[in-house]
Amino acid sequence: MAITVIVLIRSRNLFSVIVLFGIYSFLMATVLVALDAVDVAMTEASVGAGISMVLMLGALYLCKSEEAKPMRQPWLPLALSVTTAGVLVYGTLGLPAFSDPAAPIHTHVADRYLQDSVRETGVPNVVTAVLASYRGYDTLGETTVVFTAGVGVIALLRRRRRTRHGTDA
Amino acid sequence: MKRDLVLVVVARLLIPFILLFAFYVQFHAKYSAGGGFQAGVIIAAAIIFYSLIYGVESTRKLIPGWLVETMLACGVLIYASVGLIGIAMGGNYLDYSVLDPDPVHGQFLGIFWIEVGVAVTVSSVMLGVFYMFAARGQDPE
Repeated sequence: MAITVIVLIRSRNLFSVIVLFGIYSFLMATVLVALDAVDVAMTEASVGAGISMVLMLGALYLCKSEEAKPMRQPWLPLALSVTTAGVLVYGTLGLPAFSDPAAPIHTHVADRYLQDSVRETGVPNVVTAVLASYRGYDTLGETTVVFTAGVGVIALLRRRRRTRHGTDA
Repeated sequence: MKRDLVLVVVARLLIPFILLFAFYVQFHAKYSAGGGFQAGVIIAAAIIFYSLIYGVESTRKLIPGWLVETMLACGVLIYASVGLIGIAMGGNYLDYSVLDPDPVHGQFLGIFWIEVGVAVTVSSVMLGVFYMFAARGQDPE
């Protein structure tokens, strides 16, 4: 994955950048499978490597395939992102150790979900049970976010087409 | 659009299986990995695959833009109305246990329908965004 990222940053050809992005997503999906998060891995493989690659290729079709040379040396953005990364890494130091059984995430509601979800919902896949039933409001919110994003894109891109037709007519 | 024989044959072979897999992911989510979101994305991927091989125009004839936009709204509507039916049958919003005399079966029904809602919304959003990009590529600038 590190090699992919380094090649991704060095490459100036946008087509190869998109393909590398897909490779990165597949590697990420395999990492998630290794972490036993099959649902997330599936989403990563289909969204990250599948749909978003197609959409980016569609965007690439509309513009040039070579990245333009940057106008200035990007020191300020670099410093900003390094600082943010440093703060985030500092934040992870406050987390409990990996796979610590006494971590709050394991003592709060996870046990109840794991023990009672089959009896209460009749759904053997705990991820689906939590997502759809216990966290139904969150999933409703997520669906609404997806809906709003789609409506936004359609509204933005379609109005432009209509006005052009209007000026032509 | 130029049609490569190999691509056409491969697409004809693959697309039914991609769609079948999407429906498997949709309806089997209770027992294995997956769910409405993943299934919706896979359905959209199958249709986008079709349109890459056969051209966007023939896909538009198959699934017109107005249908995509109607589905976009219907998905969220299905999800939200499952919650409202829960209220109407005497429970809380998005409480599935009251949908059926047997609470566990009610949960089953509720989860099934909201997954349908999620899948419909996600697939039509993906497809709608793809249509918009494709339409911009075809317009003479």
